[in-house]
Amino acid sequence: MPVFFENREIVTPGDLLAEGEYEAGRNTYRDDSRVYACKLGLVEYKGRTVNVVALNTFYVPSVGDLVIGKIVEVNLHGWTVDINSPYLATLRPSEAFNKPFKPQRNELSSILDIGDIIQAKVIAFDRTRNPLLTIREPGLGKITHGQIVKVSPAKIPRIIGRKGSMISMLKRETRCGITVGQNGLIHVYGRNPEDERIAVLAIKKIELEAHTSGLTDRVTEMISKERGEE
Amino acid sequence: MTKEVRLVNKKGIRTDGRKPDELRPIKLEVGILSNADGSAYIEQGKNKILAAVYGPREVHPRHLALPDKALLRCRYHMAPFSVQERKSPAPSRREVELSKVIREALEPAIFLERFPRTSIDLFIEVLQADGGTRVAGITVASLALADAGLPMRDLVAACAAGKADGYIVLDLNDIEDKEGTADVPVAYMPSLNAVGLLQMDGQLTPEEFEQAFNLAIEGCKRIYELQKQALKAKYLAIKEAVEEAEEK
Repeated sequence: MPVFFENREIVTPGDLLAEGEYEAGRNTYRDDSRVYACKLGLVEYKGRTVNVVALNTFYVPSVGDLVIGKIVEVNLHGWTVDINSPYLATLRPSEAFNKPFKPQRNELSSILDIGDIIQAKVIAFDRTRNPLLTIREPGLGKITHGQIVKVSPAKIPRIIGRKGSMISMLKRETRCGITVGQNGLIHVYGRNPEDERIAVLAIKKIELEAHTSGLTDRVTEMISKERGEE
Repeated sequence: MTKEVRLVNKKGIRTDGRKPDELRPIKLEVGILSNADGSAYIEQGKNKILAAVYGPREVHPRHLALPDKALLRCRYHMAPFSVQERKSPAPSRREVELSKVIREALEPAIFLERFPRTSIDLFIEVLQADGGTRVAGITVASLALADAGLPMRDLVAACAAGKADGYIVLDLNDIEDKEGTADVPVAYMPSLNAVGLLQMDGQLTPEEFEQAFNLAIEGCKRIYELQKQALKAKYLAIKEAVEEAEEK
């Protein structure tokens, strides 16, 4: 039962990763007894499972995900939200109000209008229908201050880090609040623009160098250097 | 033929100095357009071709959406300045046909069924043409698709072989294409050992056809290696830069 690459080696779609009793994990597929990569990424052999950590992907919604999106349409019966994925999401009035919604009386655009940025949670999605969102939870809703940074959704796990190590370091060092949407949009809000600028720079650096090791230290170093130049 | 053109000389060397089974020099670059979700660029001899991928995204117009899989739309287009005589920018009969065969060569490589009701839009823009643009177009397009992060069964490599002056030659250039006796473009997925495009223009005996086909497959395998290198190059460059800075 051979494997054909070393751990964390870069593989391309169609590369034969393993043969025999292996299970095809993320970004791989099986053909008979062979496991192939289906995306460009870093290969990971974990016991019997073969995974590929993709270097670039787009966001596919999944129930329970926190996402950041932009209102692109206001209808009579809800909002259409661009969540940086192949599918547009819907936010229904019942998921935005605590009280019953009457289209005769309430104007939806007075709550959220086109161009507004919201933080929301995915409550339903399958291949037959577009994703549904909710903002009826603490912390969710319209974003009114700070900045939004867009990164590739493939880099989100790296920005959060193992058990949140990277993100807690970022928050501490940049003195900013940071909310990471699983769809690749990140909300950064600090006490002054300078803090936010540094946080954005750090996030961009993590995105670019996500596939290298020793990144946390390099980012910490970069932040303190930027601070020194103030 | 109005005048005699010598395509292969007595020593078996072709007009551009290549041996019969030699590819033109190829340069591949990935991720060069920031506004597209995926992009790639190829120079193969004097060919210069750009490919850009958008999607998966909402289908417009809506009624074209497929309920069970993504819709792959492909546009092969030659720029007006890509050939000697100005080409009308309107899509010609030939371009419409090539768009279709290129799409059909790439469709089996992508897991389209994972993204129902979406579209993947692929644009192949020929900036300079020198024979074999359909195969070079497939080669770059599959790189652009992989760059966009689409799940794929394999990369698609494409290459042509043909007959010129009685020789079976690989990777025809413009003169060999026009003055030669036959042209066999092939698109191939090496890991799956599957052919996605096979056409023939001109005359070949069954034996010659087989020889040309095998030569084209051989060419595809060489191009496949270049494709893999090109995809990795972008990330390896960053990694090396980081490691170098680390050592200082």
